[in-house]
Amino acid sequence: MTDASVPQNVAPPPAEVEDVELYHAHSWITKYVFCQDAKVIAIQYAGTAITVGILALVLSWVIRLQLAFPGAIPFIDAQVYYQSVTMHGMIMVVYMLTAIFLGGFGNYLIPLMVGARDMVFPYVNMLSYWVYLIATLVLVASYFFPGGPTGAGWTLYPPQSILTGTPGHEWGIILMLASLILFIIGFTMGGLNYVVTVLQARTRGMTLMRMPLTVWGIFAAAVMALLAFPGLFVACVMLLLDRTLGTSFFVPSIVELGEHKEYVGGSPILFQHLFWFFGHPEVYIVALPAFGIVSDLISVHARKNIFGYRMMVWAIIAIGVLSMVVWGHHMYVSGMDPWFGFFFAVTTLAIAVPTALKVYNWVLTLWHADIHFTTPMLFALGFLVTFVNGGITGLYLGNVIVDVPLSATLFVVAHFHMVMGIAPVLVIFGAIYHWYPKITGRMMDERLGKIHFWITFLGAYAIFFPMHYLGVLGMPRRFYEMGETAFVPASATTLNIFITITALAVGFAQSIFFYNLFKSLKYGAPAGGNPWRAASLEWQTPETPPGHGNWGKQLPVVYRWPYGYSVPGAPEDYLPQNAPPVRGERSP
Amino acid sequence: MYIALVMVLVVVGSILFHILSPWRATPIASNWGFIDDTMGLTFLVTGAGFVAVILFMAYCLYRFSHQPGRRAAYEPENQKLEAWLGIVTTIAVIILLAPGLLVWGQFITVPKDAMEIEAVGVQWNWSFRLPGADNQLGSSDVRYIDSANALGLSPADPKGQDDLLVTAGELHLPLGKPVKVLLRSIDVLHDFYVPEIRAKMDLVPGIVTYFWFTPTKIGEYEILCAAYCGTGHPQMRGKMIVESEADFEAWRTAQQTFEQSRKSDAGRDKRASAQ
Repeated sequence: MTDASVPQNVAPPPAEVEDVELYHAHSWITKYVFCQDAKVIAIQYAGTAITVGILALVLSWVIRLQLAFPGAIPFIDAQVYYQSVTMHGMIMVVYMLTAIFLGGFGNYLIPLMVGARDMVFPYVNMLSYWVYLIATLVLVASYFFPGGPTGAGWTLYPPQSILTGTPGHEWGIILMLASLILFIIGFTMGGLNYVVTVLQARTRGMTLMRMPLTVWGIFAAAVMALLAFPGLFVACVMLLLDRTLGTSFFVPSIVELGEHKEYVGGSPILFQHLFWFFGHPEVYIVALPAFGIVSDLISVHARKNIFGYRMMVWAIIAIGVLSMVVWGHHMYVSGMDPWFGFFFAVTTLAIAVPTALKVYNWVLTLWHADIHFTTPMLFALGFLVTFVNGGITGLYLGNVIVDVPLSATLFVVAHFHMVMGIAPVLVIFGAIYHWYPKITGRMMDERLGKIHFWITFLGAYAIFFPMHYLGVLGMPRRFYEMGETAFVPASATTLNIFITITALAVGFAQSIFFYNLFKSLKYGAPAGGNPWRAASLEWQTPETPPGHGNWGKQLPVVYRWPYGYSVPGAPEDYLPQNAPPVRGERSP
Repeated sequence: MYIALVMVLVVVGSILFHILSPWRATPIASNWGFIDDTMGLTFLVTGAGFVAVILFMAYCLYRFSHQPGRRAAYEPENQKLEAWLGIVTTIAVIILLAPGLLVWGQFITVPKDAMEIEAVGVQWNWSFRLPGADNQLGSSDVRYIDSANALGLSPADPKGQDDLLVTAGELHLPLGKPVKVLLRSIDVLHDFYVPEIRAKMDLVPGIVTYFWFTPTKIGEYEILCAAYCGTGHPQMRGKMIVESEADFEAWRTAQQTFEQSRKSDAGRDKRASAQ
């Protein structure tokens, strides 16, 4: 520390957590299977999530084939259709998106980005993955039980979900509920880890307001998930009791197909409240990590600091808080007291303000930037288009009276696929292209990446943008066949066929991504430690891929925020977070 | 360069699709024109936002793409700009929300003179009940349901004896008169959905829900179920026929009352036991 510009009393002492020899895994099993290294757990989480995500993709083809060619595919009947709808939705929302953002990117990036050696509870972290894997296997196992998986719709609304008119009412629903309960147990172990690691294990100099927005997004999502998942947990336990022991939490006296049932006094709407108390925060549990990651992708590849960092952080927190009090907008026509409509419409539209501010700051980051059109950057731009498009249709559905005609139509399907299907999935792809060099030490093929991007982005937009208009027309969702319906013109079928063909093409185009992913493992160009010349801490590890313990002998010390791009006076167009201060520097 | 162009084309294509799309809302047949107006307003405000944001982005992509020697500007934040954007967005949200809440206020305020009718959902068909001469619907409960009393009307309630039962799934309504539709399900969730009247509401077993509208156009409309109710969900259809007051009265007087239906059932039972 001889630089005179650094006053002695400000220069931080070296970070304290040292490398401990005993801590390393020595056998193959503890290194790669029952591993406690967050980076390996991250790969396990992501690998499982993507695998089950491919199943969900195939199921979406089943749905689309039926909608375009009703009755033409011999193995698709009403039962298979509803089972596919249910499993596709549940897998994508919970087992794929939640798992990959928090378990995958959260595990890989949090310790590296905050300068920690690992998650604070590595053993619990390992358990978290294995419980998640068991939950996934239990869910998929329902295909091999009599009656198959449940076809209750992903919302699992009782009484339908536990009655005989529903496919999979014998075993499918029980396995679905058991699987969700397991998932939540596994997630809680992981989520506590992410939160405590961010709060307790940041290296010296890494203040909260110097964390990359990726960490902020994942951190806020983990806190929200810890608050929201218990709602789903109790709902699942109670529904399981209603199904197996005949309790009446959610089912009143009913007559099903001419037969008086034993249930008495339960409330179906209570389940909806519990489900959406989880379900709406869930949207932001998926969205906030995507927001964070996309902020970092844009910043790195536009060589410019994210615009309005502090606003971005406060917007994440505001969205997180508000998202806990908007769940009723899923229930405007559920028969709950209509006076709630006023409250939930106000909170829901209020959330548009911080969300819009984030969008403005993303595009303002591009102003006077130095934009490199790398594959991660393209995916980030694709996210912006699909997220803005999906976000504004949320203003239709959140504004209670406008929701009334649109609810339960294909408009809703188009909206949520655009905003929490396509947009986050584009971020996942962008993030994989971006961090792959750190994870493997090799670059992915840029040319294949760009082909993959354009097919996926334009294809997905062509699938879901026109679908809104079928919803405006009034076509209901969850109809496995429209049949003869006076208000539906023949041209709607033409559009459905177009959507289906595009969906098949976009789905198959994902093989380009997987080919690139596996080919680059061996044949990708060597990446070096920091191929994107990024400033945040994960690119400054002594080894690439980072070893166990991440930082070798000494933890890094942080001197500035992670957005030191194109700083005036700096020799290069990026200043790593752990580079010693330069003369006259006034970074946050 | 070409990337900026593609983004512009996405915006232009979306607008053209909106203008040229043959898939539009069904011609409205109720008093809820305000709902359509609010949706139209929402389209204008949000559409402007979408176009502005994506075109601005496209301009940046065109103008600030990497060239050798270019270096980005360094501007961590601009609180004045951010505050202005926050204010403009808040105003836009209020412009959407205020009329929306006003119309919602109308939606949940049922006119005093509304005619009460009941729609009952059961897997997978619709039944209806209209008040008889006393203009009141009798009470009902799931436990009264049997083969002779499909809607579970209370046999002891005098108000229910003259209630008119319509079990063929065809509901007639008089033109221009506000209707309060009471909704009751005896098994699972259903939703009374006629696209042309815009309004819809769930039927929830265990409670009675409601909504109201005024039919404004003579015609025949299809009733669908908009809450997933099992494998027969798409087949759960009914018919809503809006007709002149005179036609409606003629139809109404032809319907069987609860009392009559029980008598005829009792007669059938007696005959059956005599054989």
